Amino acid sequence: MQALLDVFDIYLLEAVINGILLGGVLALLALGLNLIFGVIDVTWICYAELVMIGMYGMYFMVQYYGISYFVAAPLTILLVAVLGAALHYLVIAPLLTAPPINQLLATGGVLFVLQSFATVAFGIDFRNLGIRLPVLAFGDMNFSYARLLSFVAALVGMVAVYLFMTRTFTGTAIRAISQDRQIMALMGVDTKRIYLITSALGGALAGLAACLLVLQYDVHPFVGLSFGPITFLICVLGGLGNFIGGFIAAFVFAEIISLGGLFSDLEWGYVLAFAFFIVMMFIRPAGLLARRR
Amino acid sequence: MTGQGRLAAWGVGLAALVALPFVYRDPYHLHILVLILIWSFAYTSWSMMGRFGLVSLGHGGFMGIGAYVTALLWNHAGLSPWIGIPISMAAAGALALIVGYPCFRFRITGHYFVLVTLALSGIVLQVITATRDYTGGSLGYTPNRASGNKLLALQFDDKTTWYLIALGVWLFGIVVWHWVDRSMARYALEAISEDEDAAAAAGVDVTAEKLKITLLSALMTALAGAIYCQYQMFITPDTVSGIAVSLQMVFAAIVGGLFVSLGPTVGAIITILLAETLRIGFGTKAVGWDNLVYGVLLVLFIIFLPKGILGSLLDRLKLQRKVPRAHEQKAVQVARPGT
Repeated sequence: MQALLDVFDIYLLEAVINGILLGGVLALLALGLNLIFGVIDVTWICYAELVMIGMYGMYFMVQYYGISYFVAAPLTILLVAVLGAALHYLVIAPLLTAPPINQLLATGGVLFVLQSFATVAFGIDFRNLGIRLPVLAFGDMNFSYARLLSFVAALVGMVAVYLFMTRTFTGTAIRAISQDRQIMALMGVDTKRIYLITSALGGALAGLAACLLVLQYDVHPFVGLSFGPITFLICVLGGLGNFIGGFIAAFVFAEIISLGGLFSDLEWGYVLAFAFFIVMMFIRPAGLLARRR
Repeated sequence: MTGQGRLAAWGVGLAALVALPFVYRDPYHLHILVLILIWSFAYTSWSMMGRFGLVSLGHGGFMGIGAYVTALLWNHAGLSPWIGIPISMAAAGALALIVGYPCFRFRITGHYFVLVTLALSGIVLQVITATRDYTGGSLGYTPNRASGNKLLALQFDDKTTWYLIALGVWLFGIVVWHWVDRSMARYALEAISEDEDAAAAAGVDVTAEKLKITLLSALMTALAGAIYCQYQMFITPDTVSGIAVSLQMVFAAIVGGLFVSLGPTVGAIITILLAETLRIGFGTKAVGWDNLVYGVLLVLFIIFLPKGILGSLLDRLKLQRKVPRAHEQKAVQVARPGT
């Protein structure tokens, strides 16, 4: 958080560009959550906690075992992908026919579990990678390389997912299921397998986000709470399950936070973003790009 | 149990509870009891909405408003909590109406309602943190010690007084729960939670009914926050507001049983005793363990025992006597958008 505050200087343009950079990572997080919601119709309240576990994974691999960042990153993505699949298999699968609120609350329980697991296993100290990337000075504006790298990597990740969804058979099946859950099973698609793959994919996106966020933020068990709620709001604002809406909403939110933080404290940026969200819910209850059913 | 037998059981139980602090004076155990009673009241307030499928994660916000507004008015304006508590409740109620009315008017239900209310508790938490010049931010806030009249300041040093206050508030919550349970509003709200369109067609004013129960629930939650603040004399944004507190309410209500009046109380007893046992048993090593156990329990309960401990127990007792009401057959029924 402090790093974020420091980056915000008095310059408006800088804040705008930083907002865009922040938006990239938020969009990545929103994409993962939207994917899960669109296909399985479940909201993972604990999504940000998966990211937190991934950040710890990165921390330990890089700091303790001295693995290079670029080797640790794929491992972390794999780890969180497995976690996502396990979450689906253990918690969501038994509840698929239960009322949707119960699924949501069960993942709320998982949120507690992951948070306190991190507290018990790693303690409540703030930890960081110790990698301090240089700052890019462009005219009078300063941008950290960490943010630029995150933005680019997030974009690459999103393009990769897009290609996967449109160019492969599995991706097509996933999109088909999100359109009609019942019929696809009759068309010979193994929904259980698709759900597992989707969960793993959602987890992988969380893992990628973890690799990028760990460059900018310190890791602690409650780090998920600082960007988890924002991610949900972005998804809802874009329309749950609506990928493009989520993408746009991520940048809208990032700009609000960034500009709000420019004129006042960072918290007020968040307050503005939350208030904006509530107002928007009343103007467009089904999201920015409403896909009314 | 017949109606009279039930009433007699309640009477005896209450008499025992009132008499307890006069025969048993261990301050630690009384402290735990007071906490259980205050949190039970908060959980009961939440379950008034929750049992009708209105799952709110914004109650952390209402509780935070109750606690902070009361304390701020006392410290900065010198207003006695006797006036401050009603003001803080009114503030929480106004917020509930401002957010609730458009929500219900535009039929934001299910996931969307949960996430809008989540934003609400997020806002309250961030505002408390951001206005750190007045509220002390994340470091917490302490109401000034009263120099004069203790009663006027609603600050008491002995546990017995607090125990009786907490007992009274808790009982008030249970009474309101039963009052709602017997009112016409309950049938209206049950109909709404089954199918909003059908309920509206049958002449139920959906928006008004939902608003009434939301307002009631928010007012009571704010009261719980204010009482908690007056008792503990120390509040932090994380203990009285935010998502964690909201989830804790949901968790306790579900574990205890959402559809029975004493369910949230049972939930509070279980969660607080669990936390205390772990804390005493393991000391500082136990940091995090209580939430770990909560989380696992919450998941297990939702999968295997969605009616909660007390709810399932009572069901088993009266299985032969009564066909369960429609809304009790599933844990939480929620009308989904578009269906």
